[in-house]
Amino acid sequence: MKTDTTTGAAISFDNVGKAFPKKGGGSVMALDDISLSVEPGTITGIIGRSGAGKSTLLRMVNGLEKPTSGKVTVAGRDVGAATGAGLREIRREVGMIFQHFNLLASRTVYENVALPLEISGTPSREIRKRVDDLVARVGLEDFRNRYPAELSGGQKQRVGVARALATQPKVLLSDEATSALDPETTQTVLELLADINRDLGLTILLITHEMAVVRDIASHVAVIEDGKIVEDGSTYDIFTDPRHPTTKSFLSGVTGVTLPQFIARDLTETRPKGPSREVMRITFVGDNATDPLLAKMSTELGLQVNILAGAVEEIGPRPFGNLLISVEADRAEEARNFLEHNQQRTEVLGYVG
Amino acid sequence: MSANLINMLMEATWQTIYMVAISTLLGAIGGLPIGVFLACSQKGELLSAPAVNKVLGVVVNATRSVPFIILVVAIIPFTRLVAGTSIGTTAAIVPLTIAAVPFIARLVENAIREVDSGLIEAARSMGATPMQIIRKVLIPEALPGITLGLTLAVVSLLGYSAMVGAVGGEGLGDLGIRYGYQRFMPEVMGLVVLILVVLVQLVQTIGEWIARRVDKRAPSNRGA
Ligand SMILES: Nc1ncnc2c1ncn2[C@@H]1O[C@H](COP(=O)(O)OP(=O)(O)OP(=O)(O)O)[C@@H](O)[C@H]1O
Ligand SMILES: [Mg+2]
Repeated sequence: MKTDTTTGAAISFDNVGKAFPKKGGGSVMALDDISLSVEPGTITGIIGRSGAGKSTLLRMVNGLEKPTSGKVTVAGRDVGAATGAGLREIRREVGMIFQHFNLLASRTVYENVALPLEISGTPSREIRKRVDDLVARVGLEDFRNRYPAELSGGQKQRVGVARALATQPKVLLSDEATSALDPETTQTVLELLADINRDLGLTILLITHEMAVVRDIASHVAVIEDGKIVEDGSTYDIFTDPRHPTTKSFLSGVTGVTLPQFIARDLTETRPKGPSREVMRITFVGDNATDPLLAKMSTELGLQVNILAGAVEEIGPRPFGNLLISVEADRAEEARNFLEHNQQRTEVLGYVG
Repeated sequence: MSANLINMLMEATWQTIYMVAISTLLGAIGGLPIGVFLACSQKGELLSAPAVNKVLGVVVNATRSVPFIILVVAIIPFTRLVAGTSIGTTAAIVPLTIAAVPFIARLVENAIREVDSGLIEAARSMGATPMQIIRKVLIPEALPGITLGLTLAVVSLLGYSAMVGAVGGEGLGDLGIRYGYQRFMPEVMGLVVLILVVLVQLVQTIGEWIARRVDKRAPSNRGA
């Protein structure tokens, strides 16, 4: 496989735009000036609301959709410019899995996994060997002669994964592959993807609308809204220091740290007259994430800290914590200075009387 | 009942089966590719050729809207050209086939349209050519529907075959009209109808059985 020598990226989008013709004239900008570079061997999550343009972006990687401006490169090859045999060649290097699995009902597990190999004209002895390996890798040896209708959703998606890997691609695309599955099955499929990424060095680009999926397996994430990437970076950075409101709102669902109702109800944006307490969010990052910083602050500053909510999470091997506290408003600035001095991020949420 | 009559009934049954079998076979050979093409050639589809699609659609509809008995008579010159004669059982196969092709084409088209477009997308993402998608995805996935469509075609052709007596085609329908009606032998008419009912029942049962065998969509439908 050729690799792009200029950037080394497995997939790169350079100022990509996509306009769909609209009924009755005009056009819809599904994607607008997207630039994103996906490094080889990483798992990158693309998150966004319905209609944001996630599927359109993903489908450009294997040429199911062509950009109307800009350039999409996979392993150094210009996908938008490829046609016919050249395009089919690229597609063999890019596997894809789907929300609704898209398995052939008329074929058994074994035959479904064999399909891409039949299409690429692989000799039948080679097909048998490879399909046996793949079926074993996804743990479906006992189901090889079953039809999709006889499988559970999780098993179907495993067949989808095995099928996507059949032509030994370098890139795997996943369009909401776990959205039709229950949380437990979702975990097992995500683990399978993570294993594949680690064992085969596969670059994975996955679409989701759940930050939990990103947290669990993606090393990088891009947030997309109205056809534009509003924020992207390493998952850890995005989780610990989200900038865009959309990112924050996606995160609020997953970090699980929200104010208790009785506080949220009385929260005011400006400091009320009389004695009051300031409510703030502290994000513990890096090596200090597990330090007993609050206890230290209490004793050193002689401050009373009320803990309202909190959680410590892991992204990959790195922990980060989210804590909501309140302190006496008069001394809040002192507290914030102390925390920031210790490399923690703080954010004022409001005041309670 | 005379032995002669039994012989006539058996021969007529055989002639009907022969006409219907051959015209179904030829109709399928012609109708299958036309049906596939109709299903795949609209704008933006696999074999996008909207103009040809429209023209073919009009031709198919036109053929289907001509009443069969008129078709039989209207194409007599063509029948003579193809079969060497315009009368007789073999000659009757020509109009039957011409009626079967567009009929089967539409049934195949419908069966193929039923295939989930996600499967076409998956096959494209594997780098399949349009022909591979048709051969390996569309036809196998549409097979239960195509089988039921062909069953319907056979049943309809059994009905049509009764009209070919008009051009000297033989078979059950012809026997029923000549003996049962013109010579007023109600027992012949009754037997002809009975045999036709049995034949239709048989075709329907076998067709449904095959369709169930090839349909892997629901676990309960799985062939043993
Ligand atoms: N083939 C098409 N023709 C016209 N408009 C399209 C087409 N495909 C997508 N669009 C439009 O482009 C925009 C982005 O669609 P896309 O499917 O990429 O969104 P998405 O982020 O994947 O949404 P979802 O989460 O619902 O799957 C939408 O406004 C959609 O209506
Ligand atoms: Mg989508």
